[in-house]
Amino acid sequence: MEEIGPDGKSCRSHDEPMIVIREVHKSFGQNHVLRGVNLEVKCGETMAVIGGSGTGKSVLLKCIIGLLRHDRGEIYVDGQEISHLKEKNWNALLSKFGMVFQRDALFDSITIWENVGFGLRQHTRLPDEEIKAIAIEKLKLVGLENVEDRMPAELSGGMRKRVSLARAIAMEPSIILYDEPTTGLDPIMANVINDLMVRMREKLEVTSIVITHDMESAYHIADHIAMLYQGEIIEVGTPGQIKSSSHEIVRQFIHGEVEGPITKGADFGQEHLTSHRR
Amino acid sequence: MFGLFDIIGFWIMRFLDESGRVMILFLKTVHFIFRPPFDLRNILKQVEYVGIKSVPVVLITGAFTGMVLALQSYTGFKRFNAEAFVGTVVALSMTRELGPVLSGLMVSGRVGSAMAAELGTMQVTEQIDALYTLAINPIKYLVVPRFLASLIVMPILTAFADVVGILGGYLISVILLGSNPTIYIRRTYDYLDLEDVYIGLFKACIFGMIIATIGCYQGINTRGGAEGVGKGTTNAVVISSLLVLVANYFITALFF
Repeated sequence: MEEIGPDGKSCRSHDEPMIVIREVHKSFGQNHVLRGVNLEVKCGETMAVIGGSGTGKSVLLKCIIGLLRHDRGEIYVDGQEISHLKEKNWNALLSKFGMVFQRDALFDSITIWENVGFGLRQHTRLPDEEIKAIAIEKLKLVGLENVEDRMPAELSGGMRKRVSLARAIAMEPSIILYDEPTTGLDPIMANVINDLMVRMREKLEVTSIVITHDMESAYHIADHIAMLYQGEIIEVGTPGQIKSSSHEIVRQFIHGEVEGPITKGADFGQEHLTSHRR
Repeated sequence: MFGLFDIIGFWIMRFLDESGRVMILFLKTVHFIFRPPFDLRNILKQVEYVGIKSVPVVLITGAFTGMVLALQSYTGFKRFNAEAFVGTVVALSMTRELGPVLSGLMVSGRVGSAMAAELGTMQVTEQIDALYTLAINPIKYLVVPRFLASLIVMPILTAFADVVGILGGYLISVILLGSNPTIYIRRTYDYLDLEDVYIGLFKACIFGMIIATIGCYQGINTRGGAEGVGKGTTNAVVISSLLVLVANYFITALFF
């Protein structure tokens, strides 16, 4: 396995790809979700993957971190192909990742600081006081103070999301995966999370992949945006390029238009509404 | 006609599929028991939950079963003047059969369901995925402590049930039915072997493994939100109770 650099970050040059996905397929029974995904995420950059609900964005993210095994294709993480990795090597690889879940996924039977320090407690022999101190420091980094002794259920959605981020960065990963980080938050809190994601990149120099369908968020945080449609990446570009894309599907999606190629042949009840009006 | 075969085939396949997965979970659990790190704190927490908090339930069940057993066998034995053997029947039935089986059923209702509900909720709220991303094996962290706790605690609970059951039978016989206490104890001692107790405790160990494996399996494989958690919990209780009864028959037959 590749040596991790002295600063804890394994990639040295920003041109090196951190994650490379080649022709990845994944099916669930008859349902062919990923149909040959190709994507490259460079070291230290933030890649937003956009796409409609049910297009397989989360499945892609779960394949990258190994929560799901892809059927075909190759995924390289920091130069290492992960398809045939043994369990022992997985654990080493997982230490490079931090993941922020859609439903924050905090462990609800333990306190906030224990949540943040969970990985440290399991993988290091640090005493509890030290773990707590690290947890408090990470919580400060995401803008939370004096919450360490509370239980997850006592916090608001936005706060929980930030705790989830603090937990993801507690082990100082080089890659952070965000699964719809702003979904279900009010616009102000969504922007707080957006700013945090930008700050994480600047402060910790992490590579990030953000799954989202919140276009405001994608423009705000991403260096590159990739659009997933029917199991394939149909366009990759900078936020500017995506905004001015000539691809019909991309245009319909980013402008949220009801009529267009994505919704062709679909009936969202307009028919019913118009007949009702008559 | 083919429709019927389809349905039968579907259920057989599903049964085999599920049995296989349960078996895989069981084998993985056993494998991870012997792999460090050993999380004693977590195991003790489960022992407290599975064991200590089940004691009252098991004591009440055991006592009343022993008592009713004394009443019923007295009714029968009186008809051919064998009242003196009530103590023997109570002791043998409690240790060989009712102690482990009733403890197993009570624990599967109390603990198996709780395991399925807790792990099921963790599954649907992505907490189990979160464990994985923190490089913590969910089987090692969640299933092993519950499995070990059940395995340790079930024989102890059964022993409690045996003791209070025999005691309950004694009290009913001596106080209510006027049996001679010396003869009652004598008959109990004379015909009860340690082997009877061991078979009961052995059964209890097996039941403990069944309850934890099924409860955790249902929890980890929960799909579909709150409804899924409810289904998993019900399945855990029904399946583990049935398996306790089925396994009980085969263990009994084995040592017959």
